[in-house]
Order: sequence, then C-alpha cells, then structure tokens
Amino acid sequence: MGQRIDVNHLNVYYGDFHAVDDVNMVLESNKVTAFIGPSGCGKSTVLRTLNRMHETTPGAHVTGEVLLEGKDLYAPDTDPVEVRRDVGMVFQRPNPFPTMSIRENVLAGVKLNNKHISKSDADDLVEWALRGAALWNDVKDRLDKPGIGLSGGQQQRLCIARAVAVHPQVLLMDEPCSALDPISTLAVEDLIGELKDEFTIVIVTHNMQQAARVSDTTAFFNTQGSGKPGHLVEMADTTTIFSNPQSEETENYISGRFG
Amino acid sequence: MKKFSADKLFKWCAVGAGVLILAVLAAVAVFLLIQASPVFIGDRDAAAHSISSFTGGSTTNFFVFVGPLIFGTILASALALFLAFFVAVGIALFISHYAPKRLASVLSYIVDLLAAIPSVVYGLWGAFVLVPHTYPVWKVINSVLGWIPLFGGPVSNPPRTIATVSIVLAVMILPIITSMARDIFVQTPLLQQEAALALGATKWEMIKLAVLPFGTNGLVSASMLGLGRALGETMAVLMILSPGSTYGIHIFTASRNQTIAANIAAQFPEADSMGVSTLIATGLVLFVITFAVNYIARRITHRSSSKKNGMIASVMAWSTRKFSSRNANHSAVSKSDTGDNNNGKAGE
Repeated sequence: MGQRIDVNHLNVYYGDFHAVDDVNMVLESNKVTAFIGPSGCGKSTVLRTLNRMHETTPGAHVTGEVLLEGKDLYAPDTDPVEVRRDVGMVFQRPNPFPTMSIRENVLAGVKLNNKHISKSDADDLVEWALRGAALWNDVKDRLDKPGIGLSGGQQQRLCIARAVAVHPQVLLMDEPCSALDPISTLAVEDLIGELKDEFTIVIVTHNMQQAARVSDTTAFFNTQGSGKPGHLVEMADTTTIFSNPQSEETENYISGRFG
Repeated sequence: MKKFSADKLFKWCAVGAGVLILAVLAAVAVFLLIQASPVFIGDRDAAAHSISSFTGGSTTNFFVFVGPLIFGTILASALALFLAFFVAVGIALFISHYAPKRLASVLSYIVDLLAAIPSVVYGLWGAFVLVPHTYPVWKVINSVLGWIPLFGGPVSNPPRTIATVSIVLAVMILPIITSMARDIFVQTPLLQQEAALALGATKWEMIKLAVLPFGTNGLVSASMLGLGRALGETMAVLMILSPGSTYGIHIFTASRNQTIAANIAAQFPEADSMGVSTLIATGLVLFVITFAVNYIARRITHRSSSKKNGMIASVMAWSTRKFSSRNANHSAVSKSDTGDNNNGKAGE
C-alpha cells in the first residue's frame, strides 16, 4: 500500500537562490498526483525534495516539513538513504545500469538491502516486478541480456521495475515519458494507472494531456519570472483544474495562452 | 569550396599524425632488430665472450642471461602496480566524489605535479631516505608474513632490494594512474549515479553500482600506462637496487634481481661493440614485453566487456540503434535529440 505525503511550508534553496517558495500540499495515498507548470517553476525541484534527491546538488537545502505518513523526512536523525528506500524515483531519461543484465538491473536495489536473497526468491521478485512494469512478456526469454539492449520505452519500464522491486511506498516520476515515442508513452501511462493500486504516485510532466489522462489530482506551479522563486498556484482534482480552475494563471496556462 | 579544402587539409594532417606514430614505432623496432642482430647472427665467439663477461662467466647463452632480467623487471613492476593501483583508485575517488571542490582541485594539481618530477629525484629519495630507514619495516613484515615466499628469506640491510625499488616505482606511477582514473570517474553520467542513489544506495554503494563499472576499461588503460613506465624505469632502480642475476623471489634479499633497463644503463659505459649489441638485444626483449603486456590487458578488457557487455560494447550498441532509429521515424529523431549528453539536471 502507498503512504500519503504532507508538505508543510516547504521552501527550497540552491545556495542563496530561493528556488521554491512556501509550498503546502497533501499527496493522497494510492492516488496519482501530477505537477504541471512552465519551465523554471520549481515542479521538478519540489519532486526531488520528496526523496531528498535535491541534495545531490551542492548547496541545495530546504526549510519546512515533508511528512511521509506523519514521519518527517527532514528530521535530524533521518538518513536520506532510508528515505529513498521508501520513496523511489524514475527519471526523465531511462537509465538502466549499462553493464548489468535485465535481471541484475531489477535486482540492483534489492541487493543493496538484502545481499543474500535466495535464487528462487530473486526469480519470483524479478518476475513480479517485471510483470508490474508490464515488461515480463517482452523480456522473459532474455533476462540475462543487457538492459541497455532494450528499446527506450522498454528501458523506462525496466527502470520502473527496478524502482518497484524495492517495495517503496511512493513512486516519483520526473517527466518519465519525455524521452519516449508516443506508443511507449502510452504503455507507461497505462502502467501508471495500474501501479497506483500499490503505490502513491507523483508525476512531473510538461504535457497537460498526459496530466489529464493519468492523474487524480493536479498541482499547478508557476513563477513570476526567471530569478524569482516558484510557487504552488493551486491544487485540486484533475477534472476541476482542467475544467474550472480557481486562478486566472492556471486558466491561462492550461488553455495554452502562455508557457 | 574553401571550406571543403580546409576540411581536406585537416583530414590529411590527422592522417599524417596517425601514420607518424606508426612510423616512429616501426623505426624503433627496426633499430633494435638491426643493432641486436650481431648477437644472434654475428661472430658467435665474440657474443659468447661478452655475455660471459656480463654474467661473471656463469653463462654464454643469451636467453639464460636475459631470463633473470625479465623476471626482475616484471617482479618489480608488478609489485609497484599492485601497490599503486589501489591507492590511486582511492585518491581518484576521493577527488572525484568525496572531497569538497576546492580541496579536490588542489589535490588534482598536486597529483599532476608529482607526475612531473624527474625519476632521478625519486631515485635520490629512495637511495637516501628509503634505503637507510626502511629496514625495520621489512624486518617486521618478514617475521610476520615470512611464510609467504615473496616475503621470506634473509632480510638485507641496507635494503637495496626489490621491495624498496617497488615502493619508489609505485610512487612514480601513482600520479599517472590517479590522474587518468580521476578523469574517468568524473565523467560517470550523473543519470547513472542518481539511478543508484534513488534506489537507496549509500555513496559507496553508488560508486560500486555506477562509477566503477563505468570506469573499468579506463582503469585498465591507466594501469597499463603506469606499468609501462615502471617496466622501463632506469634511474630510480639503478640508484637503489643492488643487482644480481637470479630468479630470486625473496623481495627483501639484496643482490638477487636486476631489471633490464637498469642493467643496460649500468653496463653500457663499459661495453664494447658486441657488448652494446647484447644490451640492445635485452632492450628488444623489454620492447616485446611491453607489447605483450599491453596486448594481454586489451584482450582481458575486451573479453570482460563482450561477456558482461561493458561500456564500450554497450555504448556502441546504443549509438548504432540510435543512428538507425534516426533514419526510421520522426518520433525517434526527437527522442535522440533530447537524449544527447543530457546528464540529468540540477532541478528546475
């Protein structure tokens, strides 16, 4: 089952630069939440703060709280490594480990936690994860072939399988289809709909149709201009955002008048 | 039209440079062969006489003479590479992934500086610092690990031995390996590193998952460059090692081993013409060893990369596919265009 995330008064800084200003939101469990907004509005940054991946950028830091089922991810005694085991991530471009086979890729995260997983358990887990990622039928006969030999869309689903194999609570997706062709995009979107039964999903997308297709809730971010912090304009049911937005900014954005 | 001819000119310059390196290599090989030939096809008595004088009368056969030299050369170089490799990888990882930016650039600079120190200086350091002071260290290792043949046998004092030579050689090749390894590690795609971190990898686990597999081939190349320098090193060995011509495996015992390069330098001033030919023949052997070592290393990396489909093979597979999909359909074109070298982003 997925867990819910509460974001309270989140501010993100890169060094002295104030990147995101005072975000408050609730990401419901087992729902798909989409972050939309123009470039530079901070949506990817907010996504990366949900599993502390922003900390790989030197000088990045946050104030405020991110609560995973009530537990603060930024509490002083919380290890970012532990956070990332609960909150998995899929990136903009497929990034399977190039020297590993398909099977090894799926097990890469699992082997970090559990070095001595038995072969039969590993086989079951590989099958479960690949079925979950709608990839099992494509690759079951070539599990020992390199993951990099798959097509782009298959590689992205392999990365999703790798992320779900560690049984996270939440799955973050940072523009997961932006490097994929339309057919692969469709496959990944279908998959998102299935995955929300088991995980809470947060997806950043530049594609408003995609947000409308896959998400239950949509959050619109905007910025006053480059150099200004991004902020959350409004967040509501996806149907509400796209049919009856509260804010004029949102209205302009979704109707294509800017951004 | 003008643009076209400039393009042609550059192409032929590049081809010329490529041919030049082959020509130089061939010239060296031909020189060695011609100069060494009297030992094998010239006056047998003169050749036997000069080999006998080099070996103190123990043999007149060239291969019996050169065997221990090959052994000593490889022993000292292999030990040096073993010592230097792990330290170099450690320093390189520290610079590329652990040190704060400013410290990393200072360290990089110092490492590159070390590579510029002439070998005679390392030789002096070995002869005046290591030789007088390392005897107690060797003594301890010998008494604890003496059951391993390498560390067994009598411990010589002063330690003008293969052990001391290996330390100096290791320090000499350390900067080359470190500098190359660092350059490779910093090129690890950010996307691979983030993939590992997002799975809940610690920093060290991330390095094992993403950085080291990416760098394997480069590390082998770096080691080969280092080994090449160790194999050919003359001055430092000459100044430290007390020579001998046996297949002695005890690295703490002096007057057992000698290297080819140091032997050439030591014997050359006193050699007559047949003696010079004999020494050049040993140089030819060193040339062949260097080639063989490089060839074997290439084979090893090639095999491991084709078996596990490492970086080179997979990048080639990827680019071939990318190229064919570029021709195939439009959506693939836009996909590969956004794909190039975009190592993730810091955030937006």
